Amino acid sequence: MRARTKIVPTLILALGGVYAILPLLWVIFASTKSSEELFTTFSGWPSFNGGFTGNLAALNAYGDGRFWWWMLNSLIYAGGGAFLTVVVSAACGYALAKYRFAGQRLIFGALLAGVLVPQITLAIPQYLLLSEMNLVGTYWSVILPSIISPYSIYLCRIYAEAAVPDEVLEAGRVDGAGEFRLLWSVGVPIMTPGLVTVFLLQFIGIWNNFLLPYIMLANDDLFPLTVGLFSLLNRGASQPALYTLVITGSLLSIIPIVALFLFLQRFWRLDLVAGSVKG
Amino acid sequence: MSGKRTRAPYLMAAPALILFVVFILVPIGYAVWLSLHNMRVRGSGLGIRTEVFVGLENYLEAIQDSALYEAAQRMLAYGLVMVPATMGLALLFALLLDAPRVGGKRASRVTIFLPYAVPGVIASLLWGFIYLPAVSPIGAAFEAIGLDAPDFFGDVSIFFSVANIAVWGSVGFNMVVLYTQLRAIPKELYEAARLDGASEWRIALGVKVPLLRPALTMTSVFTLIGMLQVFSEPATLRPMTNTITQDWVPLMRIYQQAFIDNDIYLGAASSVLLAGATVLLSLGALGVFRARSTRSGR
Repeated sequence: MRARTKIVPTLILALGGVYAILPLLWVIFASTKSSEELFTTFSGWPSFNGGFTGNLAALNAYGDGRFWWWMLNSLIYAGGGAFLTVVVSAACGYALAKYRFAGQRLIFGALLAGVLVPQITLAIPQYLLLSEMNLVGTYWSVILPSIISPYSIYLCRIYAEAAVPDEVLEAGRVDGAGEFRLLWSVGVPIMTPGLVTVFLLQFIGIWNNFLLPYIMLANDDLFPLTVGLFSLLNRGASQPALYTLVITGSLLSIIPIVALFLFLQRFWRLDLVAGSVKG
Repeated sequence: MSGKRTRAPYLMAAPALILFVVFILVPIGYAVWLSLHNMRVRGSGLGIRTEVFVGLENYLEAIQDSALYEAAQRMLAYGLVMVPATMGLALLFALLLDAPRVGGKRASRVTIFLPYAVPGVIASLLWGFIYLPAVSPIGAAFEAIGLDAPDFFGDVSIFFSVANIAVWGSVGFNMVVLYTQLRAIPKELYEAARLDGASEWRIALGVKVPLLRPALTMTSVFTLIGMLQVFSEPATLRPMTNTITQDWVPLMRIYQQAFIDNDIYLGAASSVLLAGATVLLSLGALGVFRARSTRSGR
């Protein structure tokens, strides 16, 4: 018997795909429309009257190219923050997985509890503490609180435990390698697929974060895309002419992260997220 | 594993621990401290305001705050739609991806996962415009066939509209996590049932779903935490509709208390309550799942 494709399950799955893609198609179509067209033509289909280039020019002109600063800021927050998260979490996760030391269980338990604390509970005191340090309203006010990610440390620990063989570490010790050298030349290379996953999860998390930068930043020039577009929409509520800017800006802000996401998809180790890893 | 006494693990863990203490432990302690204090005018005439210990006063005020209470009710109504829809669709899609003779799996998997990369604020902007009567393609389609355009910002429909944005953004991620777990299940476990003629449907419910329990627990807890912390979707939709108030969900109310009314003490008390609810709910969910898996005789 030849395996034939079953129609109903295939259709259900395809419908899920359509549901996921429709808003993205809509924003592409809507970005091709000038302000007048947006309100007069069917927005489920593109226009070809140069609306897109007009919108792009208007977005470029907005606040002297402020939109591109927001994009750059998002890259700095997400790229810098996620990189530092990986460095800090990899070392900590490796230590928790590969050594036995006093206080280990306490540390791990505290980290796990940290996953459950809602961000707002931390955000109010973080805001007050950072304003004591005169850091509120700077890049650091968004990056520093983003570096510590109990969940990332947890993921690094399970990955190190599953992937880094004790025998190799022992052999290295016999050869006289120091502990930090072992971490760098044995641990890190083996853990790389897990670290890429942690980087991506954290990059997307920070890129998508709204509450933290919204609380910490008051200066337009330091906004990431999320807060920038939000402020643009708030201004546009009374001026529908700004709608096209928000729509075009939304489209442009999705492109880099979707590209990164599609490109790095094959490197994900999502079995890690589900809590089980086979080396 | 190294049994030798060495300072190495402490040094390796130190940067993370320092950051953990500074940006998580100290803020939690500070939030609790703030929640037990308030500004009071000391003495008479001069009116110098100082911070004083007020015990549970802020908590009493938070519990009796009808705005916070109503926000919590709206959050629950939203969660009643969002959590089952997210988990149900994620499980359904994951099972379909794992079933034999289903076409277009790769394309569907990547497409359904894609919205995860779209920030909540941007997703809310996109859906907000799709809901907005003046530009809605759905409204236009309804009118084209002679029907009234649906009102996405109605008193009841708003919960579905907000929930839909969160579902759209999170189904894909949960689906991929569940699917990854499904693929780790050894095929031998259901090959025999399949040869005996059991339907794929029965195999899915009878064998696969029970084995998925750990991953289902994990994803459900994260979805529940997401429900309690809902903020960016309603906050972004607010400029588009009057149905969403400035204190629509608990986080928006807490933000209002702390940063708009400048009562950081009351805001801290409310946020400690929310943190407590999160921890209880998470532990509760974990407990329910654990109890169920012991009963089914692991």
